[in-house]
Amino acid sequence: MGRRRQKHLVLILAREFASNLATPTLIADADGTLVFYNEAAEEVVGHTFAESGEMPLDEWSSSFAPRDKHGQPASPNERPTRIALDERRAAHERFRITSRDGVDRDVAVTAFPLFAHADEFVGIVAIFWRE
Amino acid sequence: MAAARLTIWGCRGSVPTPGPDTVAFGGNTSCVEVTLQNGAVLVLDAGTGIIDLGLDLVDRGVRRLHLLLTHLHLDHLEGLRFFAPLWDEHVTLDIWGPPSPMLGLQERIARSFSPPLFPIELRDVPARLTFRDVPREPWSIDGVSLAADLVVHPGPTVGFRLETAGSSFAYLPDHEPALVGVVERSSDWISGAALAEDVDVLFHDAQYFEDEYETRVGWGHSSVSDAVAFRRAVGARRLLLFHHEPQHSDDSLERLEAHAQSIAAPDEPKAELAREGMVIELP
Repeated sequence: MGRRRQKHLVLILAREFASNLATPTLIADADGTLVFYNEAAEEVVGHTFAESGEMPLDEWSSSFAPRDKHGQPASPNERPTRIALDERRAAHERFRITSRDGVDRDVAVTAFPLFAHADEFVGIVAIFWRE
Repeated sequence: MAAARLTIWGCRGSVPTPGPDTVAFGGNTSCVEVTLQNGAVLVLDAGTGIIDLGLDLVDRGVRRLHLLLTHLHLDHLEGLRFFAPLWDEHVTLDIWGPPSPMLGLQERIARSFSPPLFPIELRDVPARLTFRDVPREPWSIDGVSLAADLVVHPGPTVGFRLETAGSSFAYLPDHEPALVGVVERSSDWISGAALAEDVDVLFHDAQYFEDEYETRVGWGHSSVSDAVAFRRAVGARRLLLFHHEPQHSDDSLERLEAHAQSIAAPDEPKAELAREGMVIELP
């Protein structure tokens, strides 16, 4: 019997949780693929999840040209989402981004890893706010 | 003989319901026997249905068993203490169950074998017991392929998929997929879909009529319409409505079955009620 394609239950539950939040929230799987962001996040990033679809999280994040407080491009390795994926710990940072609608926005991002079991990393959740 | 024979020893949900109003469909809680062509016996869940099964296994001289537990709510475990093979030192029983983030399977089951709930400790059970977390990847037991996945139900709970060379069967007795969406959702985002996709036979939770479900959302069970929608989403070829609500009499269950059949499209398979003693042969 081959392994059938199925999101981990933790991601399914996380998506349902995020769907009911007014806080912008995104979810990526353990491979770093953006698998969902909610309607509140759509307002911040300027397009719907239906439009973007699943894609590598780094690619998606880079499309907003995140900069630090000095206006310098934020290193991908310093982004909270990348830290949560690679180091599997929570991280927080502030950025200025340029949304798809061309508007610059100051946002704060908090990302944390999801473990189904101590040795089973299944993905990350990132929440963000307009500053 | 068929590649596998499924025998329902209990299909009631939540609590046993003996009495004249439940004679037709039975009052024992969840237990399904899977007997393979090679004589191997797998048991799904240890509700009170497992008690009569145990006596039958003793009569048949079966001494090698696998018990697959979907979860440890009492209605899926309460028969284990009275399972005759457990009290035979010549029996070898592998118990498979959902991994928990906190306690091991043996420690969790041992709670029901300890005072004040029970006079005999699990360590004093004579049968040779082995406790195993279900693997994250598909595995095989005695020639049948199995897969287990976590599904939506309070606490660590899995469903099972079994495949023989020519057929497949999914067992999701306690499942509330509607809590996270079934309709208009791609199947990889539907709880339990990978287990039940295109199976020949699906046993699925259908505890409630829709109006009953409205006041029980989040309790971990499905309305009959959600069970029908889940079958449609996964393309199962036959649906057995399982985990009957304890307050549903035989008459009430027959209405539930008729309702399930009325909401299915004309070209869809007609849902059937699981009943104690029912035997399904998988080719």
